[in-house]
Amino acid sequence: MRAMVYRGPYKLRVEEKDLPTIEHPNDAIVRVTLAAICGSDLHLYHGLMPDTRIGHTFGHEFIGVVEQVGPSVENLQVGDRVMVPFNIFCGTCWFCARGLYSNCHNVNPNATAVGGIYGYSHTTGGYDGGQAEYVRVPFADVGPVRIPDWMSDEDAVLLTDAVPTGYFGAQLGEIVEGDVVVVFGAGIVGLVAARSAWLMGAGRVIVVDHLEYRLETARSWAKAETFNFAEYDDIVVEMKKTTGHLGADVAIDAVGAEADGNLLMHLSGVKFKLQGGSPIALNWAIDSVRKGGTVSVVGAYGPIPNMVKFGDALNKGLTLRMNQTPVKRQWPRLFEHVRNGHLTPSELVTHRFPLEHVAEGYHVFSAKLDGVIKPLVVPGAA
Amino acid sequence: MAYTPQKPPLPETTEQLKARIPFWGVDLDPADRPSVPKLQWQEDLSGAHWEVPDQQPERHGPRERSIEHASITPVFGTAQPLHGVSGAIRRHAYARFSEARLAHWLLLIAGDRVEATGAHLRSFATLRPDNPVTETGVLAEAGAHPVASRRGRVDARHQTIDPVLVAGPWVAGAAVTWLGLRRVVRAVRR
Repeated sequence: MRAMVYRGPYKLRVEEKDLPTIEHPNDAIVRVTLAAICGSDLHLYHGLMPDTRIGHTFGHEFIGVVEQVGPSVENLQVGDRVMVPFNIFCGTCWFCARGLYSNCHNVNPNATAVGGIYGYSHTTGGYDGGQAEYVRVPFADVGPVRIPDWMSDEDAVLLTDAVPTGYFGAQLGEIVEGDVVVVFGAGIVGLVAARSAWLMGAGRVIVVDHLEYRLETARSWAKAETFNFAEYDDIVVEMKKTTGHLGADVAIDAVGAEADGNLLMHLSGVKFKLQGGSPIALNWAIDSVRKGGTVSVVGAYGPIPNMVKFGDALNKGLTLRMNQTPVKRQWPRLFEHVRNGHLTPSELVTHRFPLEHVAEGYHVFSAKLDGVIKPLVVPGAA
Repeated sequence: MAYTPQKPPLPETTEQLKARIPFWGVDLDPADRPSVPKLQWQEDLSGAHWEVPDQQPERHGPRERSIEHASITPVFGTAQPLHGVSGAIRRHAYARFSEARLAHWLLLIAGDRVEATGAHLRSFATLRPDNPVTETGVLAEAGAHPVASRRGRVDARHQTIDPVLVAGPWVAGAAVTWLGLRRVVRAVRR
């Protein structure tokens, strides 16, 4: 089969690989029909994630058709059109039984601090991902769901990570009516978080980024106020000024490890890997929120320590909430929101790359060229 | 200016927000939010029909694992089994240091770089050597408005470092190879 493979930091190519096989009785093999590149794939691409092995196939956002099922699979049949959450999870460990699917303890031998994720290095379990023609899907009775007939492929693939993660970011903010919510990052996760903040009754939603074309989408799609931090000497001071010098009630970090905005943090965290990424967006969130407020973190960070302003978080009495998103737990409500038009994720798709051109897709997304917000990868479309 | 008990007024009233944003407040009730509360017993176990999952066999030899786990997990990835020098470094990282230790992660990153270097070198002995031009995707620049897309951006100053980080090891490798070859040629001529 054809598959994207990692060849070292900033380098990848498409190769012929062996077809995945059933390794466990509850595995399925899925033929991928549509995949996406996630902002967090860029952390792997840039060599930020420890134990990213040569030959690894990335891709944790994908949909497809069930091609083969293991002997214990009961809930799926060959030919089913399925969407697969980015979390690999068992359904029955202490964490899964309580809904923490992203924290499953039965799928990742390589680490206890993170669950299983498709195509996201051996630190998250060593599973190849979906930027390929075929992918192994463990615990096929637990994770995947048949795509409803009314749902488009684009909406379905965006519901495997980006949309639930944005919505989850707003949810972690514990928003109450009238809250001032500031979202750092106007990528697709930040845009969905901003729009979801309105769903939860925010009184004011502010999006901060430095890419003007994304801020335009924040204004039009997420109906938010925007601040371009490049236009201000100190964005934290601006957040204070615009909130009567109290600070926002809720701040959401939808940026994660590759934040721009502070050269020292970017160089040490992103370029030279001396931290688990640049924590500048998280530090801005901590400093922009009011005392007693809530900081929600859905931007991804690596396992190496970061220079986070924890003293400020303590002294301000903040509530810090964060997790990888338990995707399937969000789905019933999000399916309603997509069907009712409250969330329209496919409007955020800007690019489609044939699998054979996936290297170009990564470069365009990484360098933020050509107005890119969300690139999709189409197997067999060369 | 003294701060008062009142929150500064919002720019829009609830009625104005509802008029501007038709979906405003549809999840105002936390009961409508799917992960509230965080820990919530899942009666359907998300479709699982077992309490103890079957154990996946270890087909590629003993699987490395975090020493914070009691044993190998019932299911695990088999994408790229450990091999060679990088495999030895990574196996040591897993066997000796918990996830709490920085040494664990630094050794894994060292393993990554060792494996990448070896893979690049080995690729030159194949019919498909690594090609930094096609594999970095920079050929996409031509059709992606490279100048206009970068104009006025705050990150432009460190984007100039990327080519150095990517091409630097290749240039250094080529220089070392050239110097070595020159020395060999000179030694042969003598």
